[in-house]
Amino acid sequence: MPVDATLATLSDRLLVAAILVYSAAMLVYAAEYSFGRRSRVGPAAAPAAPAGAAALVGAGAALAAAPVSPAVGGGTGPAVTTGPAGTGSTGRPVEGRSGTAVAGAAAAVLTVVGLLLHAGVLVTRAAAAHRVPWGNMYEFAISVCFIAVLAWLVVMARQARGERRASIRHLGAFVMLPVVLLLGLAGTVLYTPVVPLVPALNSYWLWIHVSAAVIASGVFLVSFVTATLYLIREKYDRVTAAGGTLRFPATLGARFPAADGLERTTFRVIAFAFPVWTFATIAGAIWAEAAWSRYWGWDPKETWAFIAWVIYAAYLHARATAGWRGRRAAWIAVLGWAAMMINLFGVNLVITGLHSYAGLQ
Amino acid sequence: MTGTVSDLSTQPAPVAPPPARGGLVVVLRRGWRQLTSMRTALLLLFLLAVAAVPGSLLPQRPLNPPKVQEYLDAHTTVGPVLDRLGFFDVFASPWFAAIYLLLAVSLVGCIVPRLRLHARAMTTPPPAAPKRFDRLPQYAEPAVIAADPVAGAAAVRAVLRRKRWRTTVRTAEDGTVEISAEKGYLRETGNLVFHTAILALLAGAAAGVLWGWQGNVLLTEGNTFCNTTQGYDQYDLGQQVDGSDLPPFCLSLDRFRATYLDSGQPSSYAASVRYGAGDADPRRPVDIRVNEPLRLSGARVYLLDHGYAPILKYTDRYGQVFSSPNPFLPSDLVTLTSDGAAVFADANQKPGERARTRNVEVAFEGVYTPTAPESGPRVRSVFPAERSPGITLAAYRGDTGLGSGIPRSVYSLDQNQVQKGALKLVGSKFLRPGQTWKLDDGSTLEFVGTKQWAGLRVDEDPGQKVVLVASVLMVIGLIGSLTVRRRRLWVRLAPGAGGTVVGVGGLARTDADSYDEEFRRTVADLGRATAAQPVSAVED
Ligand code: HEM
Repeated sequence: MPVDATLATLSDRLLVAAILVYSAAMLVYAAEYSFGRRSRVGPAAAPAAPAGAAALVGAGAALAAAPVSPAVGGGTGPAVTTGPAGTGSTGRPVEGRSGTAVAGAAAAVLTVVGLLLHAGVLVTRAAAAHRVPWGNMYEFAISVCFIAVLAWLVVMARQARGERRASIRHLGAFVMLPVVLLLGLAGTVLYTPVVPLVPALNSYWLWIHVSAAVIASGVFLVSFVTATLYLIREKYDRVTAAGGTLRFPATLGARFPAADGLERTTFRVIAFAFPVWTFATIAGAIWAEAAWSRYWGWDPKETWAFIAWVIYAAYLHARATAGWRGRRAAWIAVLGWAAMMINLFGVNLVITGLHSYAGLQ
Repeated sequence: MTGTVSDLSTQPAPVAPPPARGGLVVVLRRGWRQLTSMRTALLLLFLLAVAAVPGSLLPQRPLNPPKVQEYLDAHTTVGPVLDRLGFFDVFASPWFAAIYLLLAVSLVGCIVPRLRLHARAMTTPPPAAPKRFDRLPQYAEPAVIAADPVAGAAAVRAVLRRKRWRTTVRTAEDGTVEISAEKGYLRETGNLVFHTAILALLAGAAAGVLWGWQGNVLLTEGNTFCNTTQGYDQYDLGQQVDGSDLPPFCLSLDRFRATYLDSGQPSSYAASVRYGAGDADPRRPVDIRVNEPLRLSGARVYLLDHGYAPILKYTDRYGQVFSSPNPFLPSDLVTLTSDGAAVFADANQKPGERARTRNVEVAFEGVYTPTAPESGPRVRSVFPAERSPGITLAAYRGDTGLGSGIPRSVYSLDQNQVQKGALKLVGSKFLRPGQTWKLDDGSTLEFVGTKQWAGLRVDEDPGQKVVLVASVLMVIGLIGSLTVRRRRLWVRLAPGAGGTVVGVGGLARTDADSYDEEFRRTVADLGRATAAQPVSAVED
């Protein structure tokens, strides 16, 4: 079927719009971050409720009000809790109608609007090409960013709903930044006009393998951000505890949530993405068997998928190894993302293999 | 206290320092412990990742031998050193193998004791309750129920059983009843399944290397090949395979079809073949496409590439006719400009004469263009399909260096013969299909037309099924291992003044905050089931 040029142009325009809205969201997040109060799960200032308690009484009414202790996750670090719901750790009311709260809400709304535009980019692209919108590197990259923003919104919502009310909304700028950069790169360096698929890509395995890879990559992006925030916060904690002087970027850490929570979020995000990435790699191997007769051939793309997989496996191991939990594990998570990026950009643009996927000539 | 945090850990318990005894046994044991420690596993994983990097940055022999040669030519000092160290075939190099074999051994040493521990954990009852619940990460304020401890315990146990907790009841001298409950054994089960599946995957991959084989054949429309080593242009058998193990079948190519978009981008390929078990006239028709191999028992046939085979009909000085399709190889994969040659080594021999006349062999070399441009140099095709085909040929006469034999198809002439002057250029010409070129000695060459050829890969990998099953188990095991949480719950029912005092405590190893919610729900359910009252309400 011929390419629908009108829809293709619409898709390109929507991409510009999405980037602009995300950039705006980033600025507003940054404003909230800069002028806002400390994080609601700031340093362990508030006396943690004594080991949390649930009352063994009837229905949940009494229970709801009772703070439940944070777990002593794996036995490391001091327990950090919020006080009773409704009070920040600094004792100030949380849901005040301050300017920063309005800014935060506005940024969140902008993010959602950006995400809808972003969805529009993918839908119109798919409609223009009459196929799934991940037939080349440009489409892959914008899909990864879509999943990253979506995953961030899910993480944010879960944190806000969770027992400990650890709002991480004001950290949105740190997610918007890589997303806007990647989208900008995609729209310029990687941009490919809409074309139908070459026969090698024309398989339902494209749908299965690439969608799993897109989801895993997008979610890994979020883990990269939280691991980086953890490293900053951890440095901030170390320097302040030692009474040293803070230097950028450790200075940013003042408004971050507690390191412990960031560490746990990073783990949860990777624990979700890792099986998906494993599945994506296996689906790729099954497809390779059908297309090229071997399920694994150490093609550069396959090699880097393997390297990233092994690094994330090392991360999961590090978390269970004495002396590696925390800082070192977080560095491994950062390294894992670096491998993912090399696989996306380095392999497609610099090294070439059988995966003639980039669509760049 | 029994319910310590480390108790729930899925890692092997830290090992006590070995007794101070000298000797080889101690050294070996210490070495083994070192090898199977979590730290070593981590280190080996890192090494594996790092070792794979040069495999993607340097050209690799199995993927692209000419690129390796190019690299060696360009880097005359480092090149040979890297070559000796195996850097141009990283994934078959001894050092890469050493890393994954050590990892496999470490994995065995890790799995075996954990299997034993896990089996024991599954068969022994959950441990007794710690003395103080308020030190646990999860606990509920004590409450009072009217029922006596035994009856209350029965109600509690019923609730926990329904929620599929594994429970055990212990009764103390003073009438206190304690219920220990545990859940989430699937976490460790999943972890063990995952790690064991990695070993199975390695075994399957190894089996593929030992018992697998593959062959490549270029088949022109109308031709048949049979699955023997002689049938292939190039083949590679695993260590445990010899030629007689290849399953007998023959396959002929009837037609190859490619379709293109106007931009020249291919949109589909299909090779229509007939195949049959072991006979030279295969009958069963099937289309082989990209992503859709022909799967036979014991072999698979893939369509890898394709091209054109110009049919050249040479009529020599004596009127003898030689004709053959000559596969040309694409030099440009987008427009299918193709290079090739045709050698007529038996041409121009006087009929009936015994002695061989030398230096009258004829050969043609040239470029086939499926869509030759209207003007300008005609040696560059502008479109991959045959819209206005043409061939540019150079004719040579002399000694081709191929000796006598049937007209052979080669892809290029022996340039040594040309340089030596043994093979002389006679002339060159651009021909359209049906056109004939009259050479200086009166012989003629007609460009009859073209056939297409398909490059087929035939192979078998008997380890593949094992690898597939193992990788599915890996994903399932991983999901279990990363989503299930091992958690414990204790309920103590102590006889007191105003009734039975009930306390609840809980502990989860990983991701303890996600246990909060479940713990509170469970406590609420227990409260409802036992009609619990706050302690203070009773004391009033
Ligand atoms: C091929 C090498 C290996 C790979 C790819 C690998 C991968 C993984 C992954 C992805 C996890 C996290 C998911 C889970 O909890 O199941 C994990 C956990 C684990 N692995 Fe491995 N592993 C390897 C080798 C080993 C070895 C040699 C050991 C023994 C020292 C080991 C011991 C463990 C343990 C104890 C855990 C559980 C950690 C915890 O309690 O959270 N693994 N492994």
